[in-house]
Amino acid sequence: MKRQCNPLAALGAAALCLSAATAWAEPKVEVMHFWTSGGEAAALAAVRDKVVAEGVKWEDAPIAGGGGDQAKTALQARIASGNPPAAMLMLGQNIIDWAKEGLLGNVDALASADGWDAALPQAVKDFTKVDGHYVSVPTNVHRTDMIWASKAAFDRIGATYPRTWEEFNALAPKFRAAGILPLAHGGQAWQEAYMFEAVAVGVGGAEFYRKALVELDEAALRGPTMVAVFAQLAELRGMVDPNAAGRDWNLASAMVINGEAAMQIMGDWAKGEFTNAGKRPGEDYACIPVPKAKGQGFVYLVNSLSLFTQGDPDLIKGQEVLARAIMDKDVQVAFNQAKGAIPARADLDLSAMDDCARATSADLVANDSAGTAVPTFAGTHAAHAAVVGAATDAITTFFNSGMTAQEGAAALAEAILAAK
Amino acid sequence: MALDTMTDFRTRLQDWLPKLVLAPSFAVTLLFVYGFIAFTVVLSFTGSKMLPRFDFVGFENYAKLFALQHWHIALANIAIFASLYIVICTSIGLLLAILLDQKIRGEGVLRPIYLYPMALSFIVTGTAWKWFLDPGIGLERVMRLWGWESFSFTWIKSNDLALYCIVIAAVWQTSGFVMAMFLAGLRGIDNEILKAAQIDGASNWQLYRRIVIPLLRPAFLSAFVILSHLAIKSYDLVVALTGGGPGRSTEMPATFMYSYTFTRNQMGIGASSAVIMLMTIAAIMVPYLYAELKEKK
Repeated sequence: MKRQCNPLAALGAAALCLSAATAWAEPKVEVMHFWTSGGEAAALAAVRDKVVAEGVKWEDAPIAGGGGDQAKTALQARIASGNPPAAMLMLGQNIIDWAKEGLLGNVDALASADGWDAALPQAVKDFTKVDGHYVSVPTNVHRTDMIWASKAAFDRIGATYPRTWEEFNALAPKFRAAGILPLAHGGQAWQEAYMFEAVAVGVGGAEFYRKALVELDEAALRGPTMVAVFAQLAELRGMVDPNAAGRDWNLASAMVINGEAAMQIMGDWAKGEFTNAGKRPGEDYACIPVPKAKGQGFVYLVNSLSLFTQGDPDLIKGQEVLARAIMDKDVQVAFNQAKGAIPARADLDLSAMDDCARATSADLVANDSAGTAVPTFAGTHAAHAAVVGAATDAITTFFNSGMTAQEGAAALAEAILAAK
Repeated sequence: MALDTMTDFRTRLQDWLPKLVLAPSFAVTLLFVYGFIAFTVVLSFTGSKMLPRFDFVGFENYAKLFALQHWHIALANIAIFASLYIVICTSIGLLLAILLDQKIRGEGVLRPIYLYPMALSFIVTGTAWKWFLDPGIGLERVMRLWGWESFSFTWIKSNDLALYCIVIAAVWQTSGFVMAMFLAGLRGIDNEILKAAQIDGASNWQLYRRIVIPLLRPAFLSAFVILSHLAIKSYDLVVALTGGGPGRSTEMPATFMYSYTFTRNQMGIGASSAVIMLMTIAAIMVPYLYAELKEKK
């Protein structure tokens, strides 16, 4: 009997083959994130290389948009359709909210086997470990209360870097007289919110910050310290150029880099701009914490990849490999060299990193043990997005108007208490 | 017998075919437009935060919404923006159409020139005008480089005037389109009427005021309907041009709705603001459409 080639049979065999392929699929991990700028992408590549080396397939799902708002919208759609990504870059309270919705899986077994508890500062654990379970794997810590200063500008007027707010304010007229803009500023609402929190911890101190912006305590919000914070913000308002409105933060950094402006108040992600421009800390620019009027303080922002619960063993394996890769000591250093942040682990040898990173890391350890490390408000660690959004409205309205410090503080208190 | 069934089938097919062909788009519209409007209305009465949730809270979201100063700013902004935008666009469009209708040479070249801005997306318009209006790189700087040292145009950086920059950009984008609509209307007017009026000794001004413009009523209707919905959904232009700033001075209901629904985890309030937007536009459009369309009969 002649055997006939049956197209249907061939199709069937192919289909069988395909389904077999899915059954024997390699472990994989889909990572949804908004790290699309040069330094950020390079940082994530350090994690990816490690994951791929372990034989896990990496599915990159970037969603452009610096603050992650677009990514958040996309995530909501994915979850609503019942198909969450294996890992997602998220910030602060969002992680806690999703964990409370019961959507985040945990990697407790891995964490206890690898000793995460000992390796991570409490500040980081506050935003990765929810109700005693690790639901998110931290890649790095950013410090938001930083000043980026042009050494050339300071040399030109023969001044030293400010250690108090009085010194800071006294510098402004000197810079103006020398034809240098005292403060480079990007007039976008979120940037003004970060500037506000830097001033809040600088003028009011860590304890005030915690009471007013973490606990949202009415007495602290309406108290005289908040008025003092707004008075300092009003000083800063006078140090920026009239053209600041709408400017992107990296353009403001560029003004410091090319010596047009003396200082910028911005989180330490700004360092990437300086590094990319070939500037070196100490020689060309200085990274200094904002002046602290009341003891020490450190405002931190934790970046971490949160792991959504998966049923497929391949995906679970992928998540475990990803978590191990992120927590790997070499990866943490390589990641943060590219990103300009400091590692989330506190037990690393940082000799390969620059002075800025080493100083920030030492400050984090000191503040963490003193209890003066406070979570970022603008980055929705200290409070929910609703509260932060309402507060941001009040802050940006104040910064772009002629309101008095009293009016500004009152408006902020009203906004926060109404949204609470 | 066979022939009978055949014709029967044909007539029935003729009867059903239009309905069959229209059915998919009808179903899609029903679901994705009216279905989601209904869904939004339902959401606005729930305490939804991050994800839709169906715990009904009555009118709480509306109460919260109208307690927000931010929302009142957005409402005031859209009122100013929409009225200026509609009035200026309509007048410029009408004027351009009348001027182009004077049987001038090169009309075929001029018409697309005025019409082309409409081919751009609002994002492109917004970005281009952002650069053009920026004092540091745009008009002001160019004027100063050309020697007019005292020239100053800083509206886009001003709390009070930035809104008018959005009006300028939006008018630039759409007036050509409105012109095209009026031009079509003008071409549709019967020449006999105009000639009769001229014989009766009507001046040009009287001709336009008493005859042409009243005859353009249908074009006014289309222009109004299109411009008012463009105004209320102005989101991309604002985001590209000012980002809602300086401060929050150019916030619009559409940008408000997006930020509350998607970035601030207050889906309930966001949904209620969307419902208010829909009701506002309905309150303006429905009586207008009703009055205009009723007179036709």
